[in-house]
Amino acid sequence: MFKRLSEASGRVLSFTFDGQPLEGREGDSLAAALLAGGVGVFRTTVPSDASRGPYCLMGVCFDCLVEVDGVANRQACMIPLREGMCVTPQRRARQLGE
Amino acid sequence: MRRLGAVDELAATYDLAIVGAGPAGLSAAVTAGQFGLSVLLVDEKTAPGGQIYHGIAASPLKRGSILGPDYWSGAALVEGFAAADVDYLAGAMVWQLDQDRHLYIGADGKSRRIAAQAVILATGAQERPFPIEGWTRPGVMGVGAAQMLLKSSGLIAEGRVVLVGAGPLLWLFAAQMIAAGSPPSAILSTAATPSLGRLIPLLPSFLASAYARKGLSLVQRVRRASRLVSSVTDLRIETGESGLKIAYRAGGQAERIFEAEHVLLHQGVVPNLNLIRSAGCTIAWDDAQACWHPIADDWGASSVEGIAVAGDGAGIQGAETAARRGRLAALDAACRLGRIDGAARDRAGAEDIAAIGKDAKARRLLDVLYRPTAAFRMGSPKALVCRCEEVTGERIRQVVRETKAVGPNQLKTYLRCGMGPCQGRFCALTVNEIIAEERGISPGKIEPMRVRPPIKPITVAEFAALDL
Ligand code: FES
Repeated sequence: MFKRLSEASGRVLSFTFDGQPLEGREGDSLAAALLAGGVGVFRTTVPSDASRGPYCLMGVCFDCLVEVDGVANRQACMIPLREGMCVTPQRRARQLGE
Repeated sequence: MRRLGAVDELAATYDLAIVGAGPAGLSAAVTAGQFGLSVLLVDEKTAPGGQIYHGIAASPLKRGSILGPDYWSGAALVEGFAAADVDYLAGAMVWQLDQDRHLYIGADGKSRRIAAQAVILATGAQERPFPIEGWTRPGVMGVGAAQMLLKSSGLIAEGRVVLVGAGPLLWLFAAQMIAAGSPPSAILSTAATPSLGRLIPLLPSFLASAYARKGLSLVQRVRRASRLVSSVTDLRIETGESGLKIAYRAGGQAERIFEAEHVLLHQGVVPNLNLIRSAGCTIAWDDAQACWHPIADDWGASSVEGIAVAGDGAGIQGAETAARRGRLAALDAACRLGRIDGAARDRAGAEDIAAIGKDAKARRLLDVLYRPTAAFRMGSPKALVCRCEEVTGERIRQVVRETKAVGPNQLKTYLRCGMGPCQGRFCALTVNEIIAEERGISPGKIEPMRVRPPIKPITVAEFAALDL
């Protein structure tokens, strides 16, 4: 888990992850807001459906991939949190009919 | 500085396009602006500062408190940039750069192609991969990643946090954790002990530098406040009852296990070469730093006409040198575009070139001290080297032996490593070294993984809507 230092401030923004309401702060990347909200698993891998969360937070590892407002393959560490974002985890490879 | 709101606001052509808003990119922009060049700075983050000064303009943390004076020294650079006569597009990615200096830039689901007479790539550094068993488990992260959370969001890892590895950033972050009131539960140091014979000749330059002054007191502060385990080997991360378990040996003794909620790994940083490589710039193997860097002259000019490299993306030399190299690349651009003559360029750049040389000498000791051992660079046999396609080191070795694949571009066909979402950004270095070891040649003798655009994920719709 991550805790927010008391001296940290910033406007509160609401969003959802997998249907659950969460709150982050203005200035957070989407990945930071998810981690602060206790989310550890962002995606599962294509070959084996293994759970992954962010490793690098600098746009390199792609283990933070999520779906944001219907667009897949978004790097949560590179996009700023916005009010009302609808985020879902990205699971394994896309299947026929999905 | 004019902050552009969307790709529509970009001009069709610029004299100079700079990619990356870390110290190199910012100082390049400020310098170029002074010569009346039309300048664009594009950056993927939403605010200037790069990784090193990430969040500096809007950090939720108060000045001076936790992050330390070196971080806040970046504020002057950002303020200078704010006053410069340049266009700035933040939150945007350059997903292609061709040899004719067309930049394909995407932001908010829309892309544009623009042209520039000169380009400076200041793409910065990334953390070196640390392939040990279990490093893909959620809860395991880079030290640099955890530091990013602190800088931009004031977030700090809670519970039992173990730092593993070696390098200046590891000590710095440990000190910041202590200052934030959440010291690490343990530091497992993987630093090798180089022979005194190698260190002694490098000592005078190091001791005369700011690295020694700041570094030694930092290390002392951390040693006093946290538990340090030295000579760590045989690392493995497993799932424990309440989170993670990290197994290790210290000094060759029996295996020990430490329970932790967070394991933060670090063994140095390496240049981020994706855009540089996809633009066709030639790279060379640097054995001292055990990584690739682009070939460039004193002014950052790469092997591709009109494309320069600056900052840690051009070879790891730290923030101060990065700012200097950004300035030099901008001076060279001003010279190439006829704003100043060669003599004026040389005069204006002389001090920076001398300072860079001096700094590089001082840093040599750090390179020797913190060069990760071959075992840690190539990882343990069962560790996933390619995280995306889940390929272990042992499997890579086996396939290289069976198929005689000469390099990563051939290996791809058999194992797909380098073909997942990260496009080889993270595994390329490790794969390269493993193949080299199997073939018994230097990594520099192997053709590195090719990088193909688009180098960032864009939707087909965005691609199709491009106005060419
Ligand atoms: S956490 Fe590595 S790319 Fe986002």
